Amino acid sequence: MSIDAGARYAESHEYARQEGATVVVGISDHAQAELGDIVFVELPQVGKVIGKGQNFGTVESVKAASDLYMPIGGKVVEVNAALQSDPALVNKDPYGAGWMLKVEPTNLSEMDQLLDAKSYGKTIGEE
Amino acid sequence: MPFIANTDADRKAMLDAIGKSSVEELFADIPEKRRFPELKLPEGKSEQEVLRELADLASRNLTPERKAWFLGAGAYNHFIPAVVPALASRGEFLTAYTPYQPEVAQGTLQSIFEYQSMAAELLGVPVVNASHYDVATALAEGIIMALKNYSDRTEVLLPRDLHPEYKKVVELYLEPFKVELREYVGAPEVAPVSDKTACLVASYPTFTGEVYPLAKAAEAAHSVGALFIVQADPMMCALFKSPGAQGADIVAAEGQCLGNPMNFGGPFLGMLGTTTQLMRKIPGRLVGQTKDSADRRGFVLTLSTREQHIRREKAVSNICSNQGLTMLQTCIYLAAMGKNGMRTVASLCYDKAHYAAELINGTPGYKVQTNSFFKEFLISTPIAAEEIFDRLVKRGFVPGLPVSRYDASKPNELLVCVTEVNTKSEIDSLAQLLKEVAQ
Repeated sequence: MSIDAGARYAESHEYARQEGATVVVGISDHAQAELGDIVFVELPQVGKVIGKGQNFGTVESVKAASDLYMPIGGKVVEVNAALQSDPALVNKDPYGAGWMLKVEPTNLSEMDQLLDAKSYGKTIGEE
Repeated sequence: MPFIANTDADRKAMLDAIGKSSVEELFADIPEKRRFPELKLPEGKSEQEVLRELADLASRNLTPERKAWFLGAGAYNHFIPAVVPALASRGEFLTAYTPYQPEVAQGTLQSIFEYQSMAAELLGVPVVNASHYDVATALAEGIIMALKNYSDRTEVLLPRDLHPEYKKVVELYLEPFKVELREYVGAPEVAPVSDKTACLVASYPTFTGEVYPLAKAAEAAHSVGALFIVQADPMMCALFKSPGAQGADIVAAEGQCLGNPMNFGGPFLGMLGTTTQLMRKIPGRLVGQTKDSADRRGFVLTLSTREQHIRREKAVSNICSNQGLTMLQTCIYLAAMGKNGMRTVASLCYDKAHYAAELINGTPGYKVQTNSFFKEFLISTPIAAEEIFDRLVKRGFVPGLPVSRYDASKPNELLVCVTEVNTKSEIDSLAQLLKEVAQ
């Protein structure tokens, strides 16, 4: 199972990775593997301000529909439109082409409350 | 084994647990004389006598088989070809509630799939679900779709000329929501939309029959990021541009007029459709086409993750009932009529209604109030519409709906509906009778 060392993680398996002024949000490789084949990703409208821990969308696999929660609060500045036509990108490349949101964080220090790659690895049973 | 499975011992154990000595004690709150009232039922009768009595009672109903029928107002008298009840009552379609197991219910699932497909074409939207109770509940579910889509928007715009009963149902459904229902007057394109508006609702046509074009209203709603919902007459969609083709995001329609009798007001058929963008928010069941492991065509419930049995409290709606029988009748009706048949029926309604309106408008004291209409129009009357109704019923004519039944401040308005069932001589006689009663 791959864990992006440059990202930080919420216990609900979303990652947040700082890239300049914005933070890229998606779900971890572990999460996509647990969900199975992803058939639909519902994302918020650009411009929406969503707080840390609040619901920002839904990911639907052949097994289940799961809610997505913001690892960091902020304004959605971009959503990954490619996921509408090819939601399987989340399975194939969760940290790359399968990203979900770009967020302008309200308070960047919220990143510190997230797990680093090593601690997240422990929570999912990987050392 | 007794039908009621609990034994004297079971009952005693339950009574002991709650500290009561007898079942009767549980009814102590009901006054004694009300507990077992005498029913005063007559002596039993033979089957023949009962049938005769019921036939006598039934003959006192006003029915379109015995009267010239110009009453609509939500329940419409259209011709139902014999093929509809003949096929719908076949044993293969008699089935238990919720017949959704694909292993055993391919026939039912296919009939739902075909209904959805034809209904979608008629309403001009890509997706129609397996149906709701009636258009009022379908409309309410459609509005809830819009509210859940924009959790921060608090306003719903309804036409003032929405059917009063649909309005009541919508109000009841939305009671637990923190929303403001605002009414607008006239064309939907002038409704006061704003960034608070979750959805703009238009009736196509309105309760009094007015047909407003929808495209500009759709643009107005979309310009503020709101959804555009249309409550439509599906028969009209066979002749006029469909709501979907004019930019509606959600369409609710009353399917009773497509192959179902008026049934004294129910069961009806709530049709609900939407766009591909919103299909994961539509409530109710959806049947889709698929392939089995041997590559054969088959049908299953699809997009079920929207629904409460998977999403639990987060589902858009908890509704899962559909109107299996009326949906099946509509499915058969649409298939039997085909595109050309539907257009012919709709054209007949339009032509006959406009012929009737012209005649009535030329009758002293009467004036058609609806500007642009399909099969139903409002007229002003020289005497109380309720009086006209009473007098014409005695002459074998049900002339329409006195609007005063919903709004006492409008005693001199009659809502008249003409369908393909009404003959020219009936229409001529109606105009003649209206003239006579006004003299």
